[in-house]
Amino acid sequence: MNKSSLVLPFDRGGAARFLPWLVALMVFLAALSLAAVMTLQHALAGWDESLAGTMTVELPPPPAISPPASPANAKIKNKVPAAAPGDGDLSSALAVLRATPGISNAEPLSRDEVARLIAPYLGNALTPDDLDLPQLIDVRLDPASPPDLDALKARLFSAVPGASLDDHRLWLDRLFLFARSVEITALLILALIGFVAVLTVMFVTRTGLLVHREAIELLHLMGARDGYIAGQFEREALRLGIAGGLAGLALSGLTLLALGHAAAAADFLGDAVNLVPALHLKGWNWVALACLPLAAGLVAGLTARLTVLATLLRLP
Amino acid sequence: MASFLAMVRFENVGMRYGRGPEVLRDISFGLEPGSFHFLTGPSGAGKTTLLRLIYLAQRPSRGLISLFGKDLAGLTRRELTPLRRRIGIVFQDFRLIPHLSAFDNVALPLRVTGQPESKLRDNVRELLEWVGLADKLDSRPPTLSGGEQQRIAIARAVVGRPSLLIADEPTGNVDDAMALRLLHLFEQMNKLGTTLVIATHNAALAAQSGRSLLHLENGELVPVSPSPPQMREVAAS
Repeated sequence: MNKSSLVLPFDRGGAARFLPWLVALMVFLAALSLAAVMTLQHALAGWDESLAGTMTVELPPPPAISPPASPANAKIKNKVPAAAPGDGDLSSALAVLRATPGISNAEPLSRDEVARLIAPYLGNALTPDDLDLPQLIDVRLDPASPPDLDALKARLFSAVPGASLDDHRLWLDRLFLFARSVEITALLILALIGFVAVLTVMFVTRTGLLVHREAIELLHLMGARDGYIAGQFEREALRLGIAGGLAGLALSGLTLLALGHAAAAADFLGDAVNLVPALHLKGWNWVALACLPLAAGLVAGLTARLTVLATLLRLP
Repeated sequence: MASFLAMVRFENVGMRYGRGPEVLRDISFGLEPGSFHFLTGPSGAGKTTLLRLIYLAQRPSRGLISLFGKDLAGLTRRELTPLRRRIGIVFQDFRLIPHLSAFDNVALPLRVTGQPESKLRDNVRELLEWVGLADKLDSRPPTLSGGEQQRIAIARAVVGRPSLLIADEPTGNVDDAMALRLLHLFEQMNKLGTTLVIATHNAALAAQSGRSLLHLENGELVPVSPSPPQMREVAAS
């Protein structure tokens, strides 16, 4: 004699059996979309933080070998042993940079550091001495009063002909645009999944109601309040929704962990240039994901309640 | 029109479903508290519709109905709930919930009104003993015979000690011996003060009881006087 049991056999009636499965699928898809959105936001913030306050100055190799048309060519074209960029050029460039207000720091990268940056593209077989590498200067800007970049470029070029200045802005802007589009798409998918979940729960609840129409009328005629009858369905839908949601969350958790491993394995560029948006979910991200089953249960419960109340209002 | 404060009063009540013809026309009657009535008439005469109007499953298309001295037209949906709790109903098809035990089915009206479990347990057991089902407390309705289901339905209808008991063909699915036994149960309830309205197409049973009759023909109430004693004997034989 289960005193607190539900009087309506909600979970035994046809379509209601599918409710947990449908909710599980919805939560699975929603969790993946949400994880994608959060990972993107995390990566975007990371890129912005690490690149926004920086610039890179490239000094061409000594003009004796071949005057490079562009610094990019210089990086990979000249494979004959060559002398280091002139120390004079480096000093001139550093002097210009350090004299410019708004630049907090300017440090030349050692040849080893430059070699490490290009290792993913060329392998480790070549030593830095085999290559005619450009001299790179890592420049940190003062975010409060950034320098006038056009003026700086002109001054650099007059001090060291062929010097170039990359503030990463173009690359970053394009990346942001792409990431933003992906983010909006993921959010739209998330909204769509939520919408479909609500429709599904409504459909299943209504079908459940048809099956138990007599029992509902019976309770109504016994003098049960609408809230009591609706509560029966609400509790059952909440229970089924959360159960299905937990299953979907578990499945998505496994998928995300597998993706995380795959991303870590693909992160061959190392920490210096972290291009692959590895699955960096922070604490609150996991909390948000864990809330999905509860949200699914609440949507199910509330929809059930409103549907039952609307049906009961048709009885006198 | 009767001058007493009626338990049930109908005045010129008409009922139609949608745009169909009237299934009840100009129904007027009053039932005294503590009275016992049979509602008779051929199939399709409108007995079930009349009962549904009494137990508040429907509102009439026209006319006035009052229950427990209250005019239903003036009551909101919410205000009907306390009235429903004073009415016990035995449905023709029992309407037991199949996945609940006999005990839980009978306890249902008490649970929906929020009675504490400790209070209702003895009440429900006692009632099931009274209808001879003490050993079937945990049985589910599909495993029970028609007669046993009927008695559960009756126990459920009376467990809340209703002031008014409505029964639709409560003897329709049982043999004559069981019908008489159930009738005896109703007599006992009536002695305890419950007003009863029992719909039956078993005219002999109704006549045998000697109770007042409400007779429906084609949706209209036709006056019928209670059978004289010699008629009762004929009907009973």
